[in-house]
Amino acid sequence: MIKTHQRTPSRSLESVEVKSKFGAEFRRFSLDRSKPGKFEEFYGLLQHVHRIPNIDVLVGYADIHGDLLPINNDDNYLKAVKTANPLLRVFLQRKEDADYSAFGTDTLTRKKNVLSNVLRPDNRKKPPIAISLPRDFRPVSSIIDVDVLPETHRRVRLYKHGSDKPLGFYIRDGSSVRVTPHGLEKVPGIFISRLVQGGLAESTGLLAVNDEVLEVNGIEVSGKSLDQVTDMMIANSHNLIITVKPANQRNNVRISRTSGSSGQSTDSSTSHATFMASPHVMQNFHSEEVDSDEETDMVIEGSDEPQHIPVAPSASASIVSLTKSDNDHGLTPNGSVASSEGSMHTLAADTKMDPVEKEDVIRRSMEEDGTVITL
Amino acid sequence: MMKFRFRRPGNDPQREKLKLELFAFNKTVEHGFPNQPSSLAYDPKIQLMAIATKTGAVKIYGAPGVEFTGLHKEAATVTQMHFLPGQGRLLSLLDDNSIHLWEIGQKNSYSHLEEVCSLTLPGRPGFDCANSPSITRITVIMLKSCCDMACLGTEGGGVYFLDLPSLQLLDGKTLFQDEVLQSVPDDYKCGKALGPVESLQEHPTDPDKILIGYSRGLVLLWGQATHSVEDLFLGNQQLESISWERSSRTFVSSHSDGGYMVWPVNSARCKTQPLTSSIPYGPFPCKAINKILWRTSETGSPFVIFSGGMPRASYGDRHCITIMQGKLQVTLDFTSRVIDFFTVHDIDPEQEYDNPRALLVLVEEELVAVDLQTPGWPTITSPYLAPLHSSAITCSYHISNIPIKLWERIICAGKQQNPPHSTMEWPINGGKNLAPEPVHKGLLLTGHEDGTVRFWDASSVSLKPLYKLTTANIFQTEADHSESFPQSGEEEWPPFRKVGCFDPYSDDPRLGIQKISLCKYSSQLVVAGTAGQVLVMEFNDERSEQKMSLSSVDLLQDREGFTWKGHDRLTPKGGLVSFAPGFQPRFLVQCIPPAAVTAVTLHTEWQLVAFGTSHGFGVFDYYRQQAVLARCTLHPNDSLAMEGPLSRVKSLKKSLRQSFRRIRKSRVSGKKRLSPSSPASKVQEANAQLAEQAGPREVEVTPVQRRIEPRSADDSLSGVVRCLYFADTFLRDATHHGPTMWAGTNAGSVYAYALEVPSREKWTEKSAEAVLGKEIQLMHRAPVVSIAVLDGRGNPLPEPFEVSRDLAKAPEMQGSHSVLIVSEEQFKVFTLPRVTAKTKFKLTAHEGSRVRKLGLMNFPSIASDDYSENCLVCLTNLGDVHIFTIPGLRPQIRYDCIRKEDISGIASCVFTKTGQGFYLISPSEFERFSLSTRNITEPHCVVGWEGPIDHLNPVTSLCNNLQQRSPKMNQANGTHKLQSKEEYNSLGAADAVLTSHWTQRVT
Repeated sequence: MIKTHQRTPSRSLESVEVKSKFGAEFRRFSLDRSKPGKFEEFYGLLQHVHRIPNIDVLVGYADIHGDLLPINNDDNYLKAVKTANPLLRVFLQRKEDADYSAFGTDTLTRKKNVLSNVLRPDNRKKPPIAISLPRDFRPVSSIIDVDVLPETHRRVRLYKHGSDKPLGFYIRDGSSVRVTPHGLEKVPGIFISRLVQGGLAESTGLLAVNDEVLEVNGIEVSGKSLDQVTDMMIANSHNLIITVKPANQRNNVRISRTSGSSGQSTDSSTSHATFMASPHVMQNFHSEEVDSDEETDMVIEGSDEPQHIPVAPSASASIVSLTKSDNDHGLTPNGSVASSEGSMHTLAADTKMDPVEKEDVIRRSMEEDGTVITL
Repeated sequence: MMKFRFRRPGNDPQREKLKLELFAFNKTVEHGFPNQPSSLAYDPKIQLMAIATKTGAVKIYGAPGVEFTGLHKEAATVTQMHFLPGQGRLLSLLDDNSIHLWEIGQKNSYSHLEEVCSLTLPGRPGFDCANSPSITRITVIMLKSCCDMACLGTEGGGVYFLDLPSLQLLDGKTLFQDEVLQSVPDDYKCGKALGPVESLQEHPTDPDKILIGYSRGLVLLWGQATHSVEDLFLGNQQLESISWERSSRTFVSSHSDGGYMVWPVNSARCKTQPLTSSIPYGPFPCKAINKILWRTSETGSPFVIFSGGMPRASYGDRHCITIMQGKLQVTLDFTSRVIDFFTVHDIDPEQEYDNPRALLVLVEEELVAVDLQTPGWPTITSPYLAPLHSSAITCSYHISNIPIKLWERIICAGKQQNPPHSTMEWPINGGKNLAPEPVHKGLLLTGHEDGTVRFWDASSVSLKPLYKLTTANIFQTEADHSESFPQSGEEEWPPFRKVGCFDPYSDDPRLGIQKISLCKYSSQLVVAGTAGQVLVMEFNDERSEQKMSLSSVDLLQDREGFTWKGHDRLTPKGGLVSFAPGFQPRFLVQCIPPAAVTAVTLHTEWQLVAFGTSHGFGVFDYYRQQAVLARCTLHPNDSLAMEGPLSRVKSLKKSLRQSFRRIRKSRVSGKKRLSPSSPASKVQEANAQLAEQAGPREVEVTPVQRRIEPRSADDSLSGVVRCLYFADTFLRDATHHGPTMWAGTNAGSVYAYALEVPSREKWTEKSAEAVLGKEIQLMHRAPVVSIAVLDGRGNPLPEPFEVSRDLAKAPEMQGSHSVLIVSEEQFKVFTLPRVTAKTKFKLTAHEGSRVRKLGLMNFPSIASDDYSENCLVCLTNLGDVHIFTIPGLRPQIRYDCIRKEDISGIASCVFTKTGQGFYLISPSEFERFSLSTRNITEPHCVVGWEGPIDHLNPVTSLCNNLQQRSPKMNQANGTHKLQSKEEYNSLGAADAVLTSHWTQRVT
């Protein structure tokens, strides 16, 4: 059997205790943490233990921060089981009378938080826009970092996420005019030269021909050749973040400081309940985040027969997007927890290392695997 | 705005200091033969030879190890060079008509070459320079034997005189042609000019007199003191060159009709007829004799040596030099154009005869020396200027620290292979090599297009050929190699003799060598080629005759729907084949389909060889002679992999890409990288400039655009196996280690196999087995270029036999091992056996550069003898070298090394394990560089002559400076102090035997 390692956290126990609440009834049962199975099976199990075989329910759970989060697909089900510590609290709601707004950050604690109610008095009166519950959450392309960039610049994150769509754009050399101490100066620059019909870049509408490329995943492109920038973009293609100076400056995102959420995005599909509920969360991307949701190299345990490597998108990506807010609170999502643990483990193993090397390792584990280091 | 991302943990001053003690980048020396040589000079007094090139480089060679390099600021062709004998000075003429004076100076007690001054001849007064720019174009230069004056012959026929070494034109002395014409009889004049000055030769016994030869044929003896024509020789054939006989009673002139004439020099003032006249290769029309030398010999008739003169119709395309002595005659037949030649002979004026000892011929692609004292005039093996490119280099491989036993066996085999034709010592032995004798022997192996592998001694400054392994004789080829040169019959005319080894034509491109791997402890070698041939060879000191044992391995593994469209596999010879002492084949594995081998590795302890092509990889047990594993890596949609190397699709794609690159190049060439300004790197720059000038420049370029698309799984050629690696490590569980084999492909896949290798006792009963342990798919899908396992201490695992023979510390098998996987884009260290990512560095994402070459090197500290670090060194597609720590993968330092446009230079780079590297700067030259502060191989030499009083005393200065520079000279042996003492003594000895005199220095 092929078993895919998803960097299982080492603290994993044998089984997970589940406490499920439907109406006023509680049910307790346990799951094998290493083999939680599929969401469909879990859903069936819940219906079985609550003896509600014909009632459609919404499944939610309380995560470690006390947020009520939905369980409606394999990914968030796995996440729920993995993060359960030690108990997985599951809440069932009849679909007919479900309160969709219940899901999200602080949802479980909000009721008690008087302050938040005072600050947002309209919270109760005007229910937030009901969000859909897609079968799979997935990250989509968006404009990000509006608050830190000058208005003339735009930072675009292109998510390919296993879709068949090509990224679909071309870049070229060109020149742009810069203001320098010596006056205006023509400097070489990199520009978007063409968008492919039906490609990701074209369909998101976030990039346009003749936009000047300023940065690729946080690294400035000035002084780099077209070939270098091409290679940088391809190397980052799983999660490409391009900072451009749009050729057309009329569609710039304006930040009105009074309401932070208004500048979030032109693409409303990106925002999920998280941001509606907590406008103070900014979408700044952190280097950890860039890296954490990145590719996980696939390791296939060998069997006697050679296996063909299947082409599968990284499953962890969707989980990470769901817990984006967690990340911004300074907690790392699953992937990077595992990897930093990996380095710590090494540290423990190599106690005989000389101090210099040890320090290296510590530093490495501190800075996380993606921090940019310029030579 | 995003600056916080670039911030790195504060620079640790202690680490910075340590870095300085470990790493230093130096381009040290060029090995091989200068590309496009254009002129040659020889200093008989201090025994130095100079070769200059079309790119303006000047290289001076003396005794082995004595080398100097200089470069003219103007990257112009050097048309002539002349040593100021005994002064360590050199005059060079460029094709822009400028004259440059070079001087071998002393700096830090080592000699080096530098340009002192230059001069461009002004136009003739009274003439409009714009209308007659060629009037003062210098055609010949002659230095007076007293070295205070140079005579310049010009296109306009005038002869100018130049003071030396100040390079000042002596205005009043100029001899114009009209002055000469006054003394020429009217019937000879016929109203025509005499033409350019073709030759100037000083009278051998009377330095006041100069023989001047004009293009039209007139030769005259000019008395400088009397300012008058002393003798006239009315030649009627267009003149090419003249040469004195030593006694000055006669001289010889060569002509454009392929003939030469001997003229008497006696009291009769005007001669119309020569003593003798002959056309050696007549009677049919012959080509011109470009240069002729007349050398008298005590033992017999004088030597007449000339270039050219071949019958135009039948041999007009040959590049020949003829040596004649009485009835003896040999026509040396070269494979490339003759540039120039000189003889090494007696220059003592007391001697009656020239007694030439050797003839040195510079042809376009090599230097050939002929022993003129041994009957039969055999050639002398050169200790430097190795013709690396005698057949095009297809791959190179370096091994450090060769055990002395194997070293001697290789040398011995090489000697038997090439019985030295001449016992003569290398005739050019000026200067003194001060570099310490290398303690560790380094071997550079070059694989060639014609199926040969050449072994070079790369331990010191001069790269010496040691041994040549031919693989062509194992296979049936169209032209059988054993009878390549039919022995020249006596009746053949002209009496041709093939000399030199430059032979760029390959009989069968399938023979080309692609990959080499050598085990220095077991003297086993694996050589893999273009037609999927993998040859396991073993060193044998005896001649042997054997039948080839062979096997083929199907790498497609019954994959349906693929048809190989490339070349056939090579057919091995049947029956007994005889092999000379040296590396002899032990087993031949042929891959099916016969695509070029792209990776090979050898484990001699397990007697296994692994090989890969664009279709898959295999492991073969050459002890029991059976395949252990074959695995297909081909992607089902890959169509290109089945095309041969000469595929049209591929070449079209390639040429398109190249033309794009070229357009790019022309646009970026303005902003060139500035590399360290060593003369060596300047030579490269100049080479590159010349190459760029060669093609027409695109004036208006259409904007180039690049598509941004991630690599997909079904990219073509994704199945190419890029690297293979054997390691004894933990693959399946953390408690049992065992033999493993790792393979990486173009698509970012890594396959790790656990091998069952039976112990030596059971070798005959059991066979080796391979079980797939792990498959790793790097999600970024970049080609995997290198795999290495690091032991519990983070050090690379030692090579086979290194531990069992006590040559390396046993690897740490207690701690957890990790595997370093290097793709073109990222470095990653994974733990073993779980394969979880531990550390990584994303080079391409950060730098926009891609990994081209990789090495794991050991860097000893210059400050402490017992401190060293293992580091990862990579060369990128931009030509820069990065050094990283392992296993931390922290970037340490970056150096510009190769111009990024120099794609073949980057592709040819090889690293040594001790912090050095080589790359081709032209098809015939390796640049050597070092990244280590301790392991540096660079010329340390001194050219001595008795210095004037005010000159720095070389002995004391050497002593002082050695202490200061000693670490740099140290060849990683830790005994540098002792050596510097030895040099001190030897230089003292060298100084004592100096013969020539130092004249005044230019201020």
